[in-house]
This record gives sequence, C-alpha cells and structure tokens, in this order.
Amino acid sequence: MPHTEEDIRVMLDKIGVNSIDDLYSDVPQEVIFKEEYDIPSAMSEIELRKHFEELGKKNQKLTIFAGGGVYDHYSPATVNHLLQRSEFYTAYTPYQPEISQGTLQYIFEYQTIISELTGMEATNASMYDGATATAEATFMMVASAKKKNRVLLSATLPDRVVNVVKTYAKFHGVDITVIPEKDGITDLDGVKAELEAGDVAGLIVPTPNKYGIIEDYSGYADLLHAAKAYLCINADPSALAVLRTPAEWGADIACGDGQTLGMPLSFGGPYLGYISCAKGMLRKMPGRVVGVTKDADGKRAFVLTLQAREQHIRREKATSNICSNQSLMALYATIYVALMGKQGMKELNVRACDGAHYLHDALIATGKFQPAFPGKPFLKEFVMKTDLDVEVLNKKLLDKGIMGGLNLGNGLVEFAVTEKRTKEEIDNLISLILA
Amino acid sequence: MKYYDNLIFELSRPGRKGYELPANDFGKDAFDNLPADLMRQEAAELPEVSELDVVRHYTNLSMKNFGVDTGFYPLGSCTMKYNPKINEEVAVIPEFTAIHPLQDEKSVQGALELYYNLQKALANIAGLYEFTLNPYAGAHGELTGLMIMRSYHIANGDTKRTKVIVPNSAHGTNPASAMVAGLEVVEVKSKPNGSIDVEDLKPLLDDTVAGIMMTNPNTLGMFETEIMEIAKLVHEAGGLLYYDGANLNPLLGKVRPGDMGFDIMHINLHKTFSTPHGGGGPGSGPVGVTERLAKFLPNPKVKKNEDGTFSIITSGDSLGSISTFLGNFGVMMKAYAYILTLGKENIRNVGPLATLNANYIKESLKDDYLLPIEGVCKHEFVFDGLKDKSTHVTTLNVAKRLLDYGFHAPTIYFPLLFHESMMIEPTETESLETLDEFIDVMHKVAKEARETPEKVIEAPLTTLVRKLDETGAAKNPVLTYRHLLKENEKEAAK
Repeated sequence: MPHTEEDIRVMLDKIGVNSIDDLYSDVPQEVIFKEEYDIPSAMSEIELRKHFEELGKKNQKLTIFAGGGVYDHYSPATVNHLLQRSEFYTAYTPYQPEISQGTLQYIFEYQTIISELTGMEATNASMYDGATATAEATFMMVASAKKKNRVLLSATLPDRVVNVVKTYAKFHGVDITVIPEKDGITDLDGVKAELEAGDVAGLIVPTPNKYGIIEDYSGYADLLHAAKAYLCINADPSALAVLRTPAEWGADIACGDGQTLGMPLSFGGPYLGYISCAKGMLRKMPGRVVGVTKDADGKRAFVLTLQAREQHIRREKATSNICSNQSLMALYATIYVALMGKQGMKELNVRACDGAHYLHDALIATGKFQPAFPGKPFLKEFVMKTDLDVEVLNKKLLDKGIMGGLNLGNGLVEFAVTEKRTKEEIDNLISLILA
Repeated sequence: MKYYDNLIFELSRPGRKGYELPANDFGKDAFDNLPADLMRQEAAELPEVSELDVVRHYTNLSMKNFGVDTGFYPLGSCTMKYNPKINEEVAVIPEFTAIHPLQDEKSVQGALELYYNLQKALANIAGLYEFTLNPYAGAHGELTGLMIMRSYHIANGDTKRTKVIVPNSAHGTNPASAMVAGLEVVEVKSKPNGSIDVEDLKPLLDDTVAGIMMTNPNTLGMFETEIMEIAKLVHEAGGLLYYDGANLNPLLGKVRPGDMGFDIMHINLHKTFSTPHGGGGPGSGPVGVTERLAKFLPNPKVKKNEDGTFSIITSGDSLGSISTFLGNFGVMMKAYAYILTLGKENIRNVGPLATLNANYIKESLKDDYLLPIEGVCKHEFVFDGLKDKSTHVTTLNVAKRLLDYGFHAPTIYFPLLFHESMMIEPTETESLETLDEFIDVMHKVAKEARETPEKVIEAPLTTLVRKLDETGAAKNPVLTYRHLLKENEKEAAK
C-alpha cells in the first residue's frame, strides 16, 4: 500500500473528513472489529520464503505409478515460462475486447484444440474441473430433452465424478440412476432397461473408464437417440489424440478434466474442466464462449459471444451460474498442445501405452499379480489383482520415494504409467515389489 | 511495432516439432495392437510448430492484453488489486506442484497444514467458525453456500423453505446460483440510496424463506446501515443470512461478516486476497459458516489431529462433494502468502485505504459525473454516467475513450438500478499519483464530451483493434479454426 502520511492528509481534505475512521461513521459501532486478528505477524520476503520451504519439506515428491483421474504427465519448460507473462495472468475476464485480444485469442485457440480432440463442433472457455463439467453436462441434457428429468451415469465413471454430479443433481432436482458395471465395463443391458421408462434425458459414460479400460460404445448413440435421449462421454482429452472420439461414437456432449494436458499435479488443482457439444446444443452450453468478428477497420478480432445464455444477462434464467472459470489453465492447455503438436500428442500416448503394458507384463511375471479384467484393452492405466497386502506394499514403496498403485480394496490395485516413467523406474518398482 | 495477427494454426507446417520425448525403449507394440475400432478414425488437426514459434506467438499475444501490471484497472466489484510477485514464486515450489492429490496423507502434511491454516485464518478474518476451501470460484462458493442453507433446513425437517431473497441490485451470479441450487428467487427492492428496503423485506419473510443473499457494502458501495435489524428479522423468521464476499475488501480491518449476523459467506481469494485473476480464473471461493452449520460443509475436509498431524476426512452430515479434490490448491498458496505478508498488523489497513481511495475519486469527479447517492462510500461507488446529459455521450462511450488513455474501463451498466451505471473500484494498492492521473483523464473525457462528442462516441481510436462487431459474432458464431476456414472458403467463393 503506497500511501504516505501526506497522501492520506491530502485525500482526507479533498473528501472533507478528518480521519479514515470517519469514512466508517455509518457503520454501527457494535459491529466494528476492535480486537487483534488471530493471524501471525507480518513476514518479510525472506521469512515468507523460509516458511514455505519449511512447509514444502513436509511434503514428499514421489515417482508416481498411480492415476485415478490425475496423471503425472510431462510438460515442456516453455509452458510455464509463457504462463508467467503477467499481461495474461493479471488480466480479468475480457470484458473490454479492444484491450483483451490476447486472452480472447487464446480462448479461441483453446476452443479449437479441445474441439479437435473431442471431434465436437463447439467448446466453451473452460469449466472448474472435470467433475463439475460433468454435472453441468447433466443439466444440459435435462434442459435439452423435453420433460425428462433423469440422467444415467455409468458406474465405470470415476467415483469422484459421480459424487459431484449426485450433489449437484440432488439440489437441482434431477434424478440420477447409476448403471451397474459388468466385468469392468458399462452394462449395456442395464442402460436398455432404464431407457424403457421413457423419462431418461441422457447417459454419461467414460473413456477410458475408471479402471483404465477403453470401452466399446458401438450402438450407444443410436440407442439413446431412438429413445429421444442424449449421449455424453466423459473423456481424457490427452487420450483423445489417439482414441475414438466422442464425436466418432456419436455423442452429443463431451466433457472431462484437462489435467492430462500436461498440468502440474498441484495437489488437485488448479486444472480445468472442458465441455464440448454438437451444434444443436450450443445455446444450452454453460459458460463463456469466444467467437471471431471484425473491428471497425475490418481487422480480424475476437469477442465474447452468445452471452444471452449467461448469468449476468439472464440472472435466475441462465443456463448456469458460472462466471470465473479456469482461463489461465486454458492457456496452459493451449500452449502445451501447441508444443506437443500433432505428432507429440500421439507419441506420448504410444510411449505411455507401451510403458503401461511393460509394467503390466512385468507384474504378471512376478507371479504375485494377475489382470483384474483380462483381455480388456487399456492405454495408460490398468487394474491388477493380488494376494499381497496392498497397504503394506504401498507403505514400503512410499519409504523408497514411490507412489504405488491405488488401493481399490479387495486385493485390487490400479497402476498408471505416463510417458514420464522410464524403463529403469519400472524395473526398480518391480524389484522393490519382489524384495 | 508491427501488428501481430496470426493464429497458432496458421503457423503450422507438416512435420515441424516443438518437443522431445525419450526414445521408446520398452520393446512393446502394445499401442499398435489396440483394437482399431476403438482408435481415432480421423486425426485431430493440431498445430505443428517449433518451440520458438510458440514462444513468439504467445509473447505477441500477451502484448495484446491489458492487466493490472499494465495499468490502472478500476473494474468495480472485481477488486483488481496488485498481485505481489513473491506469491507467484512460493506457489511454484516443486514440493507443492509435484504432489498427487491421492498420495498418502503422511507424504502431504505440508499441503494439509497450509489448507488448515488458511481455513483458520479466513475464519478469524470473517468472524465465522469454519471454512471449506474447496469451491473453485465466487459463483461456485455461492452455490456451495446455498446448498449448506438448504441442507440445514432439510435437516430440521423444514422442507418447505425453498425461497431465497435476493436484492434487485445483486450480482447476476446470486439469482443464477439460487436457480442451480434448486431455490426460487424472490426479489427485495432497494431504496433510492441502494440499500435494502426493510419495509419491503418484512412481508416476504414467511416460513417458506430459506434465507437472504446480501453483500455489505452493497453493489453501490454503500454500507447497509440497517444490517443488524435485517439480521434480526431474517433470523426470527427462521431464515439464514448469506454474505456475498465480492465486496469484502473494504471491511478488512474494520468489520467481520460474522459479527453482522451472517451465517454463511464466500470469499473470492482472487479479489480480497490478491491472487491473480488469470484472465478469468482460476479463482477460489472458500465458504465459511457459523458453528451450527459446520457439519454441512462439503467433503472432503482437512482435520487437525490431536498429535498435530493433519488428515483428509469425509463426514456423513456433509452436503456431499462439489469438487474432485480440495479445490484450486495452487491459488490458496498465493492467498496464504498474501495474508502472511500483511500479517495481523497490516491487514487492518487494507479496507480503510481501499475506502479512502474510492472516496477520493468520487469527490474529485462528482463535478463532471452524476453521483446518484451522496455520502461516504466504501471500496467502490457508482456514477450514473456524465452529469451533462445533453451531449448524448453514454457510459459505454466514456469507457471506450478511457482505453485510448491507457486505463481499463470501470464496470459498466451494472448495477441495473441506473441506466448509465459506471462502477469504480480503485483498490488500496493504487497510489495518489495514479488516482490523480485517472481523475485528470476522466475530466478530460467529460470536456471532450462537451466539445467534441463525436470523438468520444467513436472511441476507442488508438487501441490495437477498434470497435468490434459483436452482433455479427453472435449471429454467425465462428468458434473454432475449422469454422473460420469454412467461412473463409465461403467468402472466397463470393
């Protein structure tokens, strides 16, 4: 705060009061806070840095072999450097487009990249995370389907996504039915049975699913559309560089978490949620959208558009209450994908897939693990069955600086391998398991 | 400097690369053996560019942007204060950025301690019992807060309380959040001075009311002096008070929302606690509650154990979860650094100096701009356009002219109580010299409006791009590069 005593005096004179306290004379005395705050005394930069370093020492950086929706992907150094341009990070929502073309253009590029990955017609400027994006997709389907208030969720969606959707739905008054899984994949017969009731607005399924399995959704879109319901696919956008896309499965909406686009793990956030849709659902899509236009001199320019859907115009009739999103993370995703490019996005998936299968086969070779879902195709994450005590094993690995597979209970353990894991790291993991 | 007008896709050349990965030495052909019908049928058209292409491209884009670091950003209701650089540095310590949210608790004790300490500090600053830091933004906090409000009534068997009272001057997110939370919005009128009309409120307070959403100071920057009376009335009617923390900044060091009778509130860490706005996020919208509501806070929660360690817990009474993990953790780190830097001593000056700055601008400009409400404001205030209405120069024109002079525009056409609203919030981090420069320019624009109104109406004249065709953009949405290529083909065919 740059105010000198003299500044304050000049300003008070202009205002015509004697003291800053006078500016609060309208506040009832009984609510004025007169005590001392119960927070530490001011720290200098040196002290603050030390404080954070001390806190940091209480965390452990690990070699990570787990996923669960968050993956230890590699991100080129360039991404973080460019993200530090403070013209980007100290701006707000581009309300004044003439001086916000930087933000508006990267959002347009982000929309393009996500639309290319999902194969869908349009994408918004980002949501908070994959789970809340899925909740908003649920509402989109209900708002688009006429007089239908039930949405089906596959049990193979990540549990954390299902939980958040259920919370949103409970309060908003949307009915949710979870379709059971069968051998690690969505039970199609269960979907068919539920559709018969005629009150289903849509179905949400994952790719890859919570066990890492790439499910086959042949026939799903036709089935849903015949029942006048929508299909939404929750997809890992990084994997979509190689996997059949939501558009290719015939989905109406794609959503998911953008963390896999190289974002630091950061103990769970910030990441971003994305939502893409077919053209027909565009006006039910939540959040901000950027479009191309021209300025008064005919120059190409970018602007927030289709704002008639949004809360600041429609208030309680808006499609969603979202205002701030995860814009800077959309820039992150955009720069990351630009660097990795068409080739890199494929190469990292190939490397992760081959690495994951290398670990998978090596685990079987130990004689202590078997595949939990034999024969099911997977990309970078898979579930094994073991007689070992997973908790004991993971504690042992933690002591060696390794995050082992996620303990799913009942002897099931889920491993993930990204392009960052090396053969040596995997061999070391195996030797520690055998030790 | 040359005007930069490329899209990253336009720089793309087949075969160009901007990355290196280690050689694939796993000796597997697992990827190639995945079933073909599960794989992408048509390749994504992603950029093929070099690292230098990327660096120049985004550096050039950044130069087409205006941020707090570029210049004065008096955007009302958004609290565009300076974002101290040390906060950016401590937030990228690898011991925090490289930890997985599902790591063993034992290996993330530093992160949990930070979450817990920030939660405690916010509770103390707000005069409330406990906070969740899980909500990702202000509107997400509102939604979470309203879910808590409903959970409380439902737990009491009071299921008919489905209405929430919202002032007609409220932020658009308030009624929208109520809609998402399944509540019906009832508007309460504002008096000519912008504060809630208590007489209009009284008849609304029946046994179907879940609560009221307010901000204090209100969206005109005026303190709601009858707050204690309002709190009493709402509580007596069985309702709860929700505080929209968008306007918390002027109260830092002076008033705690909990002491005014509020039961639930959210804080925008990206406003009051100086975390960068990021071009529209990531923000963070922690929600605080009184003791009787704490059990409804969303899962997961961070608990301090008796032995001084920290755990992540979930509870059965909770409203459920509203986020995948524990929210925008990276943003929380910056807010925590901000609080520690200010400390208990300097945090006291934040509100008063923000209020001083706002009143100084208001008093300096009310000769040329129409001040609809006299009296001291808090951190922000609203002009109803230029005083001299004969020039036909609108608030939009003034806003655009300010861009020519190197300032960001105020928030315009909000609140909806006036036709020509211009909402100015300078924040405490701006110096007297900056405020004086802004005041001079505002006077100059008023003078131009009188003498050469066409110049102001045509503004902006000197920005990188000029007035944009927003109607055309909405009529024919071009939202991706693929759409743009199609449009260009259509144009060429003409």
